[in-house]
Amino acid sequence: MKIMVAVKRVIDYAVKIRVKPDKTGVETQNVKMSMNPFCEIALEEALRIKEGGMASEVVAVSMGPAQCVDTLRTGLAMGADRAIHVDATGPLYPLSVAKLFKALVELEKPGLLILGKQAIDDDCNQTGQMVAGLLGWPQGTFASKVVLDKEKQLATVDREVDGGLETLCMDLPAVITTDLRLNQPRYATLPNIMKAKSKVIKKYTPQELNIEIKSDLEVLQVTEPPKRKAGVIVSSVDELIDKLKNEAHVI
Amino acid sequence: MQKWRATRRLLLNSYSSKSRFDHPRSNPISDHSTTISRSSSGFESWTSRIHYRHFATAMIQRNPSFSTLNSDDINHFKGILGDKNVIEDEDTLLFANTDWMRKYKGSSKLLLQPRTTQEVSEVLKYCNSRRLAVVPQGGNTGLVGGSVPVFDEVIINVGSMKQVISFDKVSGVLVCEAGCILENLVSFLDNQGFIMPLDLGAKGSCQIGGNVSTNAGGLRLVRYGSLHGTVLGIEAVLANGDVLDMLGTLRKDNTGYDLKHLFIGSEGSLGIVTKVSILTPPKLSSVNLAFLACKDYSSCQKLLFEAKRRLGEILSAFEFLDNESLNLALNHLEGVRNPLPPAMHNFYVLIETTGSDESYDKEKLEAFLLRSMEDGLISDGVIAQDINQASSFWRIREGVPEALMKAGAVYKYDLSLPVETMYNLVEEMRTILGNSAKVIGYGHLGDGNLHLNISTPQYDDAILAQIEPFVYEWTSKQRGSISAEHGLGLMKANKIFYSKSHETVQLMASIKKLMDPNGILNPYKVLPYSIVSYI
Repeated sequence: MKIMVAVKRVIDYAVKIRVKPDKTGVETQNVKMSMNPFCEIALEEALRIKEGGMASEVVAVSMGPAQCVDTLRTGLAMGADRAIHVDATGPLYPLSVAKLFKALVELEKPGLLILGKQAIDDDCNQTGQMVAGLLGWPQGTFASKVVLDKEKQLATVDREVDGGLETLCMDLPAVITTDLRLNQPRYATLPNIMKAKSKVIKKYTPQELNIEIKSDLEVLQVTEPPKRKAGVIVSSVDELIDKLKNEAHVI
Repeated sequence: MQKWRATRRLLLNSYSSKSRFDHPRSNPISDHSTTISRSSSGFESWTSRIHYRHFATAMIQRNPSFSTLNSDDINHFKGILGDKNVIEDEDTLLFANTDWMRKYKGSSKLLLQPRTTQEVSEVLKYCNSRRLAVVPQGGNTGLVGGSVPVFDEVIINVGSMKQVISFDKVSGVLVCEAGCILENLVSFLDNQGFIMPLDLGAKGSCQIGGNVSTNAGGLRLVRYGSLHGTVLGIEAVLANGDVLDMLGTLRKDNTGYDLKHLFIGSEGSLGIVTKVSILTPPKLSSVNLAFLACKDYSSCQKLLFEAKRRLGEILSAFEFLDNESLNLALNHLEGVRNPLPPAMHNFYVLIETTGSDESYDKEKLEAFLLRSMEDGLISDGVIAQDINQASSFWRIREGVPEALMKAGAVYKYDLSLPVETMYNLVEEMRTILGNSAKVIGYGHLGDGNLHLNISTPQYDDAILAQIEPFVYEWTSKQRGSISAEHGLGLMKANKIFYSKSHETVQLMASIKKLMDPNGILNPYKVLPYSIVSYI
């Protein structure tokens, strides 16, 4: 069975985000970019499944401009067998990404598609669900545990939901999106980094996959959240009540 | 010279007649922590052998020429600083009296928190006139007992002076008050696109005034050099209250003797640093970190040699730790895991590069590491793929001192040694101590700085006797430094002759006498007591 993993290149989780002065977006020039943390977890899970003997190949996929190749190299250094880069400039919203994945899945025919639950730059949490819908595949989202049954071709997924944990059982092929507690991703070791240099990264363009990318969304403005106002120390209960009534309007 | 001979004769005579040392000495160390129990003795009398002569140092006695605090003094301080900044509360004083290692505890009854240089000046002027001994204090993260009182010295903590005064975005010159915490300065500079030229594990608590006064080294010295190079100016207050404004922001200024260097590294014994002007390097976007395993120490050395050549200008840190250090960190720190696949390695090396071009640097580092692996210098390694991974690698190396504290009692030594022979000391120490203690070595290999630490469940004089003076004599024979970056403080106040000649120390004592005639600034520390005693 082949596993396809989606990885996205985002601004590093630890970087302090700055909004561009023209408010069209955030500053990405000279800012450290890394693999989306949830995508790392997705890739780690795929590698563990392969090491457990349930899969034969892990393919990492990334979509975007040329620099995505860096992220794919990281994926290959972690242990993916090969990678696919869909070269597309301009904004790629979840629906477009989902359509591109549908096309790739029809080409590669993987038994499992694993994605991170969301990207930390847009926090959309949509791509996994949309792909499953487009493909007509079952989906196990917010996975905190994944167990595969090779004979019966099933996946049992524990999902982290608001009320607790929900366990779903689904037939393969399926879409799984990963949550934080699923695993702890491995580091890229030097021997693997060496091996990664000879691994293949295949490039496609949206045209080759017969997908037209049109954004149905337009970003109007990006602003910082309002700065937290300093707290005020009140000197008496009366003053507190007065402030709650007349300033905060909560009583 | 005559005075020194006279003093020495006096001490030798006193020592032999035992008249002065029969009555109980005030004990600077007492059982404080419930988790770490300590031996009851503080200072053993010992004989240090130096090149040309012997001298005996006595157990430290409180200098009787210092006055004792009275209520008039306290009222006077309240007049200068206001009631809130004159602290006599016992709980607060307990913290201020105890050092980070919980090894040294003073018995000061007063903590002062001045907010301006003027207040520091008035306080010192008064203390000088009254002959009240003082201890300048910052973040209290020092490791040699230099930041806490020995007896009842008044603690002057500059932590309230924490303003950033100015920052020049073009030149990168930062001017700030001495009480600014290093990590806060790093955050401030981060917004401007700059970094501090020094980085150490204590950054969350240590203050820049203390860093400067102790000439702190840290993890980036191999790239940015020491504070003697990066500090452009200092404002300090002398013992008599005079404010010395040497707060230049100029890169080059050859007008007269460069006195600021006297304050850098003199550990508060020549004056209290109140403001610092420091040159900060631009923040470069591409930082890469690799955690590597080497099979033996000579591979670590060769790796350093190769790294300096092949990574050249982008090398920004080169640290090493031995297997015992890693195990200690993994066992005692939370949320820390071994970056490498489980296997027996003997040494670990952290290499960091900082440069302006992400892909170029990464390629360079990868090429260097792969080649070193082929040459057999590295047996395994990982490269951090994002900032979180990098932080977790650093956490291991920076967390070793913390892990040592959790493991029990620590005998801590900070030595500058020739890189070739550095680890031999660790191995000899291991042979000497056998199963009675765990000996670990780690440190700034890039600077030739070994942190030798001996961990035991409890403090034990018998073990100390096996360690000292062996470690100091070993270092002295290699012409190394018995304190590479931690300073002398109280712990090594009488050890200076292992690394400095007699004439040099004499001149230091003369300068101390000139700048602080009453000896009120951080007494009993840095220089040997017998040399600077004013009895």
